[in-house]
Amino acid sequence: MAIETLEKLLAEHPFFKGLKKEYLELIIGCARNVFYKPGEFIFREGEEANEFYVIRDGKVSLEFSSPGKEPIVIQTLEDGEVLGWSWLVPPYYWHFSARAVEPTRAIALDGKCLRTKCEEDHNLGYELLKRFVTIVEQRLQATRIQLLDLYGSQ
Amino acid sequence: MKRERSFYLAPYDLNKDFEYFKSRGYKDFGPTIRDEAIVYDEIASVDDLPVGWMDEQAPGFYRLKKRNDKAFFGYVVGPHSWKKFLFPPVLTLFEAKRENGKFKVYDVNTANEKYVFVGVRACEISAILIQDKIFGGGQYTDPNYIKRRGNVFLIAVNCTEPGNNCFCASTGTGPRVVAGFDVLLTEVIRDDLHYFIGVPGSEKGEEMFVTLGFREAEEFEIKEAEKDVNEAINKFKRSVDLTDAVEVLQENYENPLWEKVSEKCLTCGNCTMVCPTCFCNTIEDVTDLAGQVAKRIRRWDSCFTMDFSYIHGGSVRYSVMSRYRQWMVHKLSTWKNQFGMLGCVGCGRCITWCPVGIDIVENLKLFKESTVKL
Amino acid sequence: MEVSEREILVVEKNPMLPQIFQIRSRKQETSDTFTLELEPVEAGVEFIFKPGQFNMLYVFGVGEVPISISGDPEKVSRVTHTTRMVGTVTKAMGKLKKGDLIGVRGPFGSSWPVDKCSGCDVVIVAGGIGLAPLRPAIYYILRRRENYNKAILLYGARTPDDILYKHEIEKWKSRFDFEVYVTVDRGTSGWKGNVGVVTTLIPRAPFDPQNTIAFVCGPEIMMRFTALELIKRGVSENNIFISMERNMKCGIGLCGHCQFGPVFVCKDGPVFSYSQVKNLIFKREI
Repeated sequence: MAIETLEKLLAEHPFFKGLKKEYLELIIGCARNVFYKPGEFIFREGEEANEFYVIRDGKVSLEFSSPGKEPIVIQTLEDGEVLGWSWLVPPYYWHFSARAVEPTRAIALDGKCLRTKCEEDHNLGYELLKRFVTIVEQRLQATRIQLLDLYGSQ
Repeated sequence: MKRERSFYLAPYDLNKDFEYFKSRGYKDFGPTIRDEAIVYDEIASVDDLPVGWMDEQAPGFYRLKKRNDKAFFGYVVGPHSWKKFLFPPVLTLFEAKRENGKFKVYDVNTANEKYVFVGVRACEISAILIQDKIFGGGQYTDPNYIKRRGNVFLIAVNCTEPGNNCFCASTGTGPRVVAGFDVLLTEVIRDDLHYFIGVPGSEKGEEMFVTLGFREAEEFEIKEAEKDVNEAINKFKRSVDLTDAVEVLQENYENPLWEKVSEKCLTCGNCTMVCPTCFCNTIEDVTDLAGQVAKRIRRWDSCFTMDFSYIHGGSVRYSVMSRYRQWMVHKLSTWKNQFGMLGCVGCGRCITWCPVGIDIVENLKLFKESTVKL
Repeated sequence: MEVSEREILVVEKNPMLPQIFQIRSRKQETSDTFTLELEPVEAGVEFIFKPGQFNMLYVFGVGEVPISISGDPEKVSRVTHTTRMVGTVTKAMGKLKKGDLIGVRGPFGSSWPVDKCSGCDVVIVAGGIGLAPLRPAIYYILRRRENYNKAILLYGARTPDDILYKHEIEKWKSRFDFEVYVTVDRGTSGWKGNVGVVTTLIPRAPFDPQNTIAFVCGPEIMMRFTALELIKRGVSENNIFISMERNMKCGIGLCGHCQFGPVFVCKDGPVFSYSQVKNLIFKREI
């Protein structure tokens, strides 16, 4: 797929809004298109976390597996959402599995490549971390509310 | 301004008033001594009144003491208020009977009792008017209250000696009675004198004076009475500026001062029981053992109880602090939002009857002084 | 059924006396929630209410509880309630069958301002059983669909088994003029829909914040967070409406139990605009 199209997609995405053009180009250099069929794993719990994904369309479920039980879906993500931040945090492995629920198109970004670039240029690192912190905060908040089991009988 | 006629009544003339109403099917209720307190109960004659008694009141303190005269109304207010007659502590709202697998509902409040309230103070009239607004002035009304209220003949009495806990001058509800009565009495008692000035406040009141043939009072007799009433305002031991109470309290919900003012509170609910304006109640549905007859009963309730604010799983106000805060903020602040006036008439009962002597006036002053704004 | 006029009490005279209604149908919605359709025993009586209002329902000899009306405001011959079995009265109500009688007092309370705007987007956010008091508003809006621009429902349930009105939701989903998004806190096997709290549906819901009214109903925490998410997107506080719940004994503003600061939830509410309650809703034990 042509790099220019990817560039347009990423530049328009709210997550990358405000990023300097040179950084955007840098990131494009680490990006590729991916497609997953329903049921296909995007990554598995315990694997090395080397990429993060921007979902273009489809639906992804975040799951934990437990012996003797059905996998537990803790959250689903859809179009426009960003998946995966473990590539930023040592020891860089996935804490849960991500699986496509519907046919899902996404842009995969090479985390390892980006990590190196962030070490070299801390401004890029800061820009990316700022954005990821927002996502982590949102997920944490949503998780906390989920924990409250608000609709439970007590 | 048209001045109402004033009548002269000798002390034992009051018995004629009681008889007048008894013969017309009324029950006379007034102050009387029971269990070392002055309460409101049925009275037959002036001998049932606390003649020659006064009440010493302080935070958490109430004692009767003998006066050195034989005044009929030489005290202020006790643990009862007139709400026990208009808004009874227990009232059956309806009965439901099961018949052939179905049920029907029957109203059981068909009685038409008539009451004379003897010795109502200015603060108490204000309290009655407040409850008139609550039970009779909203979109939904209480027909039982309205019926009872319509059957009341109110004989008010001017206070000439405020009690230690009284602060009706601060709430603007006394000590002088200005309206809301059928008959207003002012007691004049000196070493050698004892009489009442009676003023009618309604047609029924006028009718009573005229029928009983009391003579009109002389100017000097009226002047003596006026002197006592005028001087009452200077005898208050307790006062507070309530102008900004509404704002101060609603702006200080999260002030840590609440923990302090409520730390002694036992949530016993005495204050709500003795308060003449407190109207919270609860509805109980009960049934007989066979499950054939059910009743709905309304009882007095108190916002201090643990489950007053219970909703699935727990009470909204589970801490003592929050329940004390609810009562005080309601009484002196949100009541105004709800009904257009403060809920407090300055009678001081809550201060007297609190077993640990929590003082709503002192507490309000603390909030006014508090500079912590959260 | 034959009932003498003298014995049935006229509610207008005394708002504490219930009218007798008969259960016309009973449907189990989820393991602990059921819907009753009631009809007045007295012939020719219509029951008229506004979306968001509630009734005080009386189970003979057991007690009375406030339950939101969950039916269609246009259908005046019957009144519908969806109830969750959480206490003595609701559990007793859950045991009643078709043909049994229930006492009804109401309708009480304020209603969803469904006519507040013309041509605006209307967003309905429901959590758990909060969908029940919103359903009458949905019926109302769908009947007058041309008065609104977009109509969106965001509904969060605990698990797929706890989803209310499953058939109706399918019907609503199949409409082109009603966007319905359902999510659950916890998925079960076979659930291919969204998993996550309902607030996560707000950032991407396709409404124009400058031209939106929102009706929110569910547990208080959920309503608080939902309101904040809506405000984050730019919806005005005056255009966000929530439905509050407090202990109620009389339903008519005379028992004092449902007070929330200066308001009575039974008569000033239960529907409030967010701007009305925002000062108190984050404070504890009010």
